[in-house]
Amino acid sequence: MLEPEGGLTSQPISTNGGPRIGVYVCHCGLNIAGKVDIQAVVEFASTLPNVAVARDYKFMCSDPGQELIERDLRDGLVNRVVVASCSPLMHEATFRKATAKGGTSPFYFQMASIREHVSWVTVDNDDATAKAKALVAGAVRRVALHEYLEPRQASVRPDVMIVGGGIAGIHAALTMADAGKHVYLVERESTIGGHMAKFDKTFPTLDCAACILTPKMSAVRAHPNITLWTYADVVSVEGFTGDFTVRVRHRPRYVREDLCTGCLACIDACVHKQAKIPAEFDEGLGKRKPIYIPFPQATPPVVVVDPEACIWFKTGKCPRPCIEACERDAFDFEQTETFEEVKVGAIILATGFKTFDAAKMPEYGYGVYPNVYTSLEVERLLNAAGPTSGEVVLRGGGKPKVVGIIHCVGSRDAKHNLWCSKVCCMYSLKLAHMVKERTGAEVYNFYIDMRTPGKGYEEFYDKILKEGVHMVRGRVAGVTDEAASLEEEGRLVIRAEDTLIGSVRRIPVDMVILAVGVEPQPDAQDVRRLFNISCGGEGFFTERHPKLAPVSTFTDGVFLAGACQGPKDIPETVAQAGAAAAEVLAMVDRGAVVLEASTAFIDDAACSGCKTCVGLCPFGAIGFDDERKKASVNEVVCKGCGICVGACPSGAAQQHLFTDAEIFSEIEGVLEYV
Amino acid sequence: MSEDASKPFEPKIVAFFCNWCTYTAADLAGISRMQYAPNVRAIRLMCSGRVDPQFVLAALSEGADGVLIGGCHPGDCHYQEGNHNARRRFELLRLMLRDMGIEDERLRLEWISASEGDKVQKVCNEMTEQIRALGPLRLATVPRWSADGDHDRAAELVKQVTS
Repeated sequence: MLEPEGGLTSQPISTNGGPRIGVYVCHCGLNIAGKVDIQAVVEFASTLPNVAVARDYKFMCSDPGQELIERDLRDGLVNRVVVASCSPLMHEATFRKATAKGGTSPFYFQMASIREHVSWVTVDNDDATAKAKALVAGAVRRVALHEYLEPRQASVRPDVMIVGGGIAGIHAALTMADAGKHVYLVERESTIGGHMAKFDKTFPTLDCAACILTPKMSAVRAHPNITLWTYADVVSVEGFTGDFTVRVRHRPRYVREDLCTGCLACIDACVHKQAKIPAEFDEGLGKRKPIYIPFPQATPPVVVVDPEACIWFKTGKCPRPCIEACERDAFDFEQTETFEEVKVGAIILATGFKTFDAAKMPEYGYGVYPNVYTSLEVERLLNAAGPTSGEVVLRGGGKPKVVGIIHCVGSRDAKHNLWCSKVCCMYSLKLAHMVKERTGAEVYNFYIDMRTPGKGYEEFYDKILKEGVHMVRGRVAGVTDEAASLEEEGRLVIRAEDTLIGSVRRIPVDMVILAVGVEPQPDAQDVRRLFNISCGGEGFFTERHPKLAPVSTFTDGVFLAGACQGPKDIPETVAQAGAAAAEVLAMVDRGAVVLEASTAFIDDAACSGCKTCVGLCPFGAIGFDDERKKASVNEVVCKGCGICVGACPSGAAQQHLFTDAEIFSEIEGVLEYV
Repeated sequence: MSEDASKPFEPKIVAFFCNWCTYTAADLAGISRMQYAPNVRAIRLMCSGRVDPQFVLAALSEGADGVLIGGCHPGDCHYQEGNHNARRRFELLRLMLRDMGIEDERLRLEWISASEGDKVQKVCNEMTEQIRALGPLRLATVPRWSADGDHDRAAELVKQVTS
């Protein structure tokens, strides 16, 4: 069997029934031991009240580390556990489990974070050791007061909601629906498909995006286990993991989805003979009518009326030939917003990204020079179903002879976004290939660093190089139409430093493509609040753990998939969507979730009936018995914040694992000894 | 509570950090290896709204030279509005501490989101500096009242304070 390092049992084991605390100090390799004097902490811990055993081990989270705890508990040596190691957000669950395996309540456990809060942030070794001792003392003092608690469970509803119908949401929905779960897929646009539906081809295989995406879109619509709600958004979320109540708003399309067959006769019949309104789906390059369908394979294939542009909505005077043209009588100009509530066990957020607004970098002339395009616009130009049927035609007409692609627009830039958007190098290479193929133009790529990690990606880069695409390494200073030579006359000039030849170059081109970066959705903060999750400083949703829980969030039952969590390409997005679906399936099939133990409760005898707590509870979890003049907490609804407890004037409201007595003891503990 | 006269004064600060934002931010400071003053000892609560004013008074009377409360930014509370409750209590408590002659710098409330590891570093360093300049609070030398305790010493203290 394993021989623990430096086991200290200097304290006599206290009498039966009293707390006998085991303190386990983790080295975490050298992460803690390199800064904190572990032996000194162990010796100190063994002198603290009620400590029966103090030990240290290289990695407490490893199996042998956990076995130390289990064995001491089973041997009756200890009945409470303190682990001084990393953050409780990292391994509290691990050690609670080990404590439970030792045959007692998992809540007879407290963690002292001497890595994140001590060894990693402290310069001086003695200071670190002293702080570690103080935190251990706080944990020891409080754990002595922990009460016996059983983990609480709640059942999980089998239905699932997915927010966002891009490739992430689609893939997750199909995976779960195939497993027999009912999925509500909510998309705010009038069609699913997301960004991927706008692309012509995908890197590095150059297979057509529509060919791989549209069958999945149709499968979503046809699947008996999927309820697809487009033109809809989530307005409120209530409840908790396993039992959420989600309120969804359906926006009016003025066309009944159950009747419209997508024949598009109404569009032809519209009194607007010419399509004049910039089409959102085509990035404004194509035009649409007030009644439209974003693209031919839109799913569901249902037209939408734009009340901002429709003459009937603007003037009330229109013969409305659309109604006449419709053989199915699908028009309903009286439609209004409707709301619907569904109950689901889990939620996957797949709300995607937006691209960087190129107008924020005026030096590149976007919006000033017509022949400066964003990459997404060029995706539409290249798309066979796009505004130019796949021809690369400039805004002023004609085909470009020389094209410059500027990488990292808005990315890796202290003035805009610090992060690398991850997909731009590869899609720029793809665009270089496609533009060259379609127009025969000379293509220059201006890059800072070429980033092509991924299966087949470097090979793709190599292929593009062999095709004769020019690579200029250096950040582009600007785009101008001021000619400095005859050759530059009437063209755009890209001024860039070429760091490989060590000089500044001026390259005249006919078309500039800005490889705009990936950003959080503009309403990511609202969505975050709605679902009670968090965002990082850059605004992408924060995963529970960057490595070990990449699709979970800090709110149980809410999961992430795709680029809402950070820049991702399609394979990664699909992999993540599959992972999120698997997490949800595991949760739903288990049928039960463990609930937060730290709920509030009221000491009936001490309650004076003042009702302070009742009004403070944000979740309406506290009821009041008017006859007895006593408050009581509904522990299923209680989320365990302790707001009522902090406010109760008579100390009647208390919180499991955070009672006043436990916190007072912890305060004493962190102050009294060191 | 021995004080070694040969050592320069090092303040002890007790921090109450909410689980979702500030405690996570402190973890992020750790993961990012941001070095800061070792004087702050954090106690994790689920929400800054759980901070009972008595916790602050207890910390100050047990030997803390300052107390830091960290919660989510307004509008970001994991429990909707616990941080607003924390702020209200903080304002009242500060008035009371002021009446007791305790300097404002010794009680601080900060909104620190989960992504602001650098703010944990900055606030802990700043507060440590400020309190180092103020010197020890010395409330800890006051004998504590207890039911079975030292009534005479408490009476003596009352006399000292009132004379």
